[in-house]
Amino acid sequence: MKHVLNSVEEQFEMFQILNEDGEVVNQDDVPALSDDELKELMKRMVYTRILDQRSIALNRQGRLGFYAPTAGQEASQLASQFALEQDDFILPAYRDVPQLIWHGLPLYQAFLFSRGHFHGNQFPEGVNALSPQIIIGAQYIQAAGVALGLKKRGKKAVAVTYTGDGGTSQGDFYEGINFAGAYNAPAIFFVQNNHFAISVPVEKQTAAKTLAQKAVAAGIEGIQVDGMDPLAVYVATKHARERAINNEGPMLIETVTYRYGPHTMAGDDPTRYRTDDLDNEWEKKDPLVRFRKYLEGKGLWSEEQENSVIDQAKEDIKKAIKKADSQPKQKVTDLISFMYEEMPPNLKEQMEDYIEKESK
Amino acid sequence: MAQMTMIQAITDALRTELKNDENVLVFGEDVGQNGGVFRATEGLQEEFGEDRVFDTPLAESAINGLAVGLSLQGFRPVPEIQFFGFVYETMDQISGQMARLRYRSGNTENMPITIRSPFGGGVHTPELHADSLEGLIAQQPGIRVVIPSTPYDAKGLLISSIRNNDPVVFLEHMKLYRSFREDVPEEEYTIDLDKADVKREGKDVTLIAYGAMVHACLKAADELEKENIHAEVIDLRTVSPIDVDTIVESVKKTNRAVVVQEAQRQAGIAANIVAEIQERAILHLEAPVLRVAAPDTVYPFSEAEEVWLPNYKDIIESVKTSINF
Ligand SMILES: Cc1ncc(C[n+]2csc(CCOP(=O)(O)OP(=O)(O)O)c2C)c(N)n1
Ligand SMILES: [Mg+2]
Repeated sequence: MKHVLNSVEEQFEMFQILNEDGEVVNQDDVPALSDDELKELMKRMVYTRILDQRSIALNRQGRLGFYAPTAGQEASQLASQFALEQDDFILPAYRDVPQLIWHGLPLYQAFLFSRGHFHGNQFPEGVNALSPQIIIGAQYIQAAGVALGLKKRGKKAVAVTYTGDGGTSQGDFYEGINFAGAYNAPAIFFVQNNHFAISVPVEKQTAAKTLAQKAVAAGIEGIQVDGMDPLAVYVATKHARERAINNEGPMLIETVTYRYGPHTMAGDDPTRYRTDDLDNEWEKKDPLVRFRKYLEGKGLWSEEQENSVIDQAKEDIKKAIKKADSQPKQKVTDLISFMYEEMPPNLKEQMEDYIEKESK
Repeated sequence: MAQMTMIQAITDALRTELKNDENVLVFGEDVGQNGGVFRATEGLQEEFGEDRVFDTPLAESAINGLAVGLSLQGFRPVPEIQFFGFVYETMDQISGQMARLRYRSGNTENMPITIRSPFGGGVHTPELHADSLEGLIAQQPGIRVVIPSTPYDAKGLLISSIRNNDPVVFLEHMKLYRSFREDVPEEEYTIDLDKADVKREGKDVTLIAYGAMVHACLKAADELEKENIHAEVIDLRTVSPIDVDTIVESVKKTNRAVVVQEAQRQAGIAANIVAEIQERAILHLEAPVLRVAAPDTVYPFSEAEEVWLPNYKDIIESVKTSINF
């Protein structure tokens, strides 16, 4: 039938600036970042890779709690945050702790979040973000709300949220992008397509060939970006941000990426659902490797610089763990006092019981 | 007989019913090749094929909506909700749709669906993965809530649930999955739904619980025995609807009762049981029926679980309060 539209895929070619070898393949779109900015972005990626390795080790030693590994996704996570301003509001998922850290969350609080301590989520003033969302997709609708709020307040800032390839199957995903589109709200919706939702490959998640094309049904702009290419992610985010604050509407950005580690540190075994070949294929696309080559070619990065970042990261992590260890243990009375602004009678009674219990 | 953990008994029940009835379908997030995040469906896709045991996209509302649709085509769906904390995503398909469909169709359709889901606390999961939300479903007539406390019960109750022509929410306490093994027959057997089980006999006080709290009650009963207090322990097994007869019969014998739930005090199963007891046996009571429950806060982050969850010591304390009343 002539009027059937059965494909929008060809319109969603993957946007790339740096190839796997760190060579510029798209000169027109190279961003005007200063040398210091380029080095800063590299520093953040190296630092975060170390943080991931240390977090996995700490988890195995029983010194950290819930942890979702990030290695492989540094360009998607850090280059997108790098394009934001401090006033922008981030609504992350459980794997997006690095963006929070570079948005200002102290490391020891990130560790407390992992351990399941409420102080981890008591964000300092000026860290415009929500704590990581556990319910897949829930942050997407909330992002539409934050964005509409920013617009109503006349702020020149955007709401930025992240989900995964699996997240795009949830009703909340569609509801979120549709609302933001309907209100022309300044939101940026990231889908980090790391190809697996725990064990389920993206091919089983949807018949859509790209996740970016889901923007079409909501009537908003979408783009598929090489999520292992920090420059491409940066440029796409910057573009989305400009549009959003100029009242041109929200945008959906699919970053094509991979997670090297297990889904989380709670018993996931990736060998059940993916092959070494696939892992190796993706490691060749590594964002750190290609950005390092790019910067070395410009004479901006050396082994000494890399090592000093690694030492700094290790030192910071040690201090942060120490600080997290010194946090007082949580009590039931803390919880009770957090339930309502004014304590209702049932809790007043229970408060007394627990004050007595805790004093024993 | 084989020694099985509760998770093995559950896999065994699923295998039994997949073999017995080709209309049985098992599906959910990661249940196929991965065998489920707790390995409850380990090996089933390999054995029965992807037609019968399959991964779904990541959407709980759609998983249960799919189950409703498949039921209308004569299948017997056994969907898995990966953690019961995600039930809020699919409340309408459970309470608004499948529980009401028999009624809505004037008793011409039925929904032979068994939703399996891990629940309960104490295993250090991330936020929203541990909670006792059985009360939410128990408030909805038209659907059963079944909760096993042992491997033996898990197998028999799951087979009965799958064979039942009405919807069942079958909740598996995460702490019990691998906490102990017991003899479980390799052959098939069923356990009646809507029937509580006296897990231990005693004459001085009746302890009523379900899920992991059954074991806290048994432990409390062991300790109380040393002080010559003989507690009877009733495992509800089906928490909605409640087997009131077994409870009332026991209370008439012991004249005292303590109802124990892992859920918060302000709502849930325990309140209903206390009400049933006082309506039917008030003149047999020597003391008010007491509750042991978690405090009225949200379920806490993992580091605070231990101090928050009720335990056997709380049960002993309540029994003594009852006895000294
Ligand atoms: C509503 C809901 N359903 C299921 C889960 C369990 N779960 C946690 S992560 C996950 C897979 C998510 O995959 P994806 O969206 O691709 O993100 P990724 O983990 O790959 O970053 C699932 C099923 C959950 N947390 N919330
Ligand atoms: Mg994914």
